[in-house]
Amino acid sequence: MTMLSERQQLSYIAAQAADARLNVELETEGMTLNIGPQHPATHGTLRIIARLDGEQVVWAEPVAGYMHRGYEKLTEVRTYPQVTALINRIDWLGSFANEVPFILAAEQLMEVEAPPRAQHIRTILFELSRIANVSLFLGDLGVQMGAVTPVFMAFRDREYVLNLIEGATGGRFHPNFDRIGGLKDDLPKGWIDETRQVMKKLRNFCDEIEDLLFGNEIFQSRTRGIGVIPAEVAKEYGLSGANLRASGVDWDLRRDQKLPLAYDKVDFRVWTHPDGDSWARCWIRLQEVREATKIVDQLIETIPAGPVMAKVPRIIKVPEGEAWVSTENPLGEMGYYVVSKGDLGPFRVKIRSASFNNISITPWVLKGVYVPDIITILASLYFILGDIDR
Amino acid sequence: MLHVAVEIPYWGQSLLRVLGGIAAVLLPAGTIVYLFLFKMMSFMQSRLGPMEAGPFGSMQLFAEVGKWLQKEDIIPENADERIYKMAPIIVLVSTFLLVVVVPFGPDAWFTNFSAGVFYALAIGSVSVIGILVAGWSSANKYSLLGGLRAAGQLIAYELPMVLAVVGVVIQAGSMNLQDIVVAQNTGSIFGWDGIGFPFVITQFLGFLIFMIAVQAELTQVPFDMPIAESELVSGYMTEYSGFRFLIFFIGEFATAGVFAFIASVLFLGGWGVPFAWFGWDSLDQVDNWMNIGGPLIMLTKMMVLTGIIMWVRFSYPRFREDQLQRFAWKVLIPLSLANIAVTAIVKVAI
Repeated sequence: MTMLSERQQLSYIAAQAADARLNVELETEGMTLNIGPQHPATHGTLRIIARLDGEQVVWAEPVAGYMHRGYEKLTEVRTYPQVTALINRIDWLGSFANEVPFILAAEQLMEVEAPPRAQHIRTILFELSRIANVSLFLGDLGVQMGAVTPVFMAFRDREYVLNLIEGATGGRFHPNFDRIGGLKDDLPKGWIDETRQVMKKLRNFCDEIEDLLFGNEIFQSRTRGIGVIPAEVAKEYGLSGANLRASGVDWDLRRDQKLPLAYDKVDFRVWTHPDGDSWARCWIRLQEVREATKIVDQLIETIPAGPVMAKVPRIIKVPEGEAWVSTENPLGEMGYYVVSKGDLGPFRVKIRSASFNNISITPWVLKGVYVPDIITILASLYFILGDIDR
Repeated sequence: MLHVAVEIPYWGQSLLRVLGGIAAVLLPAGTIVYLFLFKMMSFMQSRLGPMEAGPFGSMQLFAEVGKWLQKEDIIPENADERIYKMAPIIVLVSTFLLVVVVPFGPDAWFTNFSAGVFYALAIGSVSVIGILVAGWSSANKYSLLGGLRAAGQLIAYELPMVLAVVGVVIQAGSMNLQDIVVAQNTGSIFGWDGIGFPFVITQFLGFLIFMIAVQAELTQVPFDMPIAESELVSGYMTEYSGFRFLIFFIGEFATAGVFAFIASVLFLGGWGVPFAWFGWDSLDQVDNWMNIGGPLIMLTKMMVLTGIIMWVRFSYPRFREDQLQRFAWKVLIPLSLANIAVTAIVKVAI
């Protein structure tokens, strides 16, 4: 416990006290509150069973699976190019980012590498989908706490990013643009200029949100010191992405991993926060949007010339073998373990989605908090339901 | 002393009062909903708001009311049916009872209680009962939590509200709202009577505490823990639908208007213009046209105050229940007590 701050210790003590209260003979009659599957705070159909003592949670457990769509099984009856259309829908807010690790895994098995231009554009689209995803989180944060205005700003500015994604790929939500060996198409004319302006708008949006929400005393008192996750616990529960970095672990797959993406060509900072509370998680994501806009800015200036598609056979047959590729997706580490038997489609795909692991910490972190804090903690952990249930 | 131009029989006066009361409750509610909820909120959120129903969407409210009236009146199976049906009416009736003491002009009042302030503050807390029974009788855990939160919150904020008003009462030397209005408009600041003497100048702290407490009484953000649509799914209103929800909705906004009326009476000079402008010395000399002008002045002041209430509502996130209680007991109540002490000392000294 020596490493923990005072705040973390307090939350630990609160959790212990909540535990102890269950064992006390003279307890008041508790109430079991069933949050979800249909509840505005669950972004879909997550169900959380919370046992309450007054307004304090003594025990909570998430129940996932209400929206299970069997993607791992479905991939087995599809060819490789068809799979991307499917896995787009896992994390539906950052859909392009879902395609990338799968395509990279398939490329690894086929020993194909996308040409540098394609890698560049892939990275740009990857970061754009991160912006589209996380900027909505920033707006949604306010709604979870009753401030209804920021979410409309988020929708307003995310629209520009979605327009960009649509301009490049033809699809706003489900681009299905990534191909084994490169991309479907090159960028349209004028896209780069527009991107430059949009990135400026998004940085303004970040400033606006920081002023309106992060600077607000009530917001701070609702998030600071709430839902503290110490670094060791975060690692034990397999948290990833911003949730892990908010606990002070300097871990970012974009930087730490050598993949055929253009991250080694740009200069960006991986932010960490020592606190590990809801505030830290929100703040890290805010910084992440800012960094992403900077990454995009740097990348659009340095797109190399050349084709966007490597030489790939018309009918894709992936040679026998196994590959694991994971990337730093908007929600955290997302990976695909692809097993091929040399057929048109994968033999087995295991999808490691970030939200499933991120949400698994809820029984630990919700212990001892108040009912209103359930909402802020869930919001700050940031999950997309499709990413939990697949 | 009445000096109305024509003699009106008692039944006529009663009818006028009833119609006036309905207008005084529904007119503010309508304007608040349309101007602030639909339009101001939309512009703050970079959207246009209602556009289709009538010019600039001004008929939208009627469309909404029509929609609600058509909806099924759902009563949960385990609900305590009679109480469940009664609850929204208690809330709305408390609003009507509240508007009764508000003076709108020299003769444009419903009743002229000598303990008007006391009555208004007492009746203001009746709506708690409605909210509490709504939460209890819905047979829904979210509603129950919302109802209990509402009870705790409204009781906690009743106190600073009462204490904030005590400062005004001390200064005016009366609990009659009409007298408070007259005291403000006949007063003068160091002999200069250009704007009368609205109590907001000396009782600014009281005004601030009163407005914060009103915000909490109305369960508006940042004090909307009992409703909290993102966690309690509208709290005590969760199970209500159709016209019962509509009654809650009207009650919420009408109460905002009525509390703004009371705040403008207590702190902003109410219906009056500074009497020195027209050479009036007392209430008896006020011209008859103020019975028409007064309500309009009140409506303007109400709009400004509810504008502030709604502005805060749309830009702030909400407190947590314990933070909210702490704010009431540790900040607002000591401050308002200090305000009373200072006001009393100054009143005696001068």
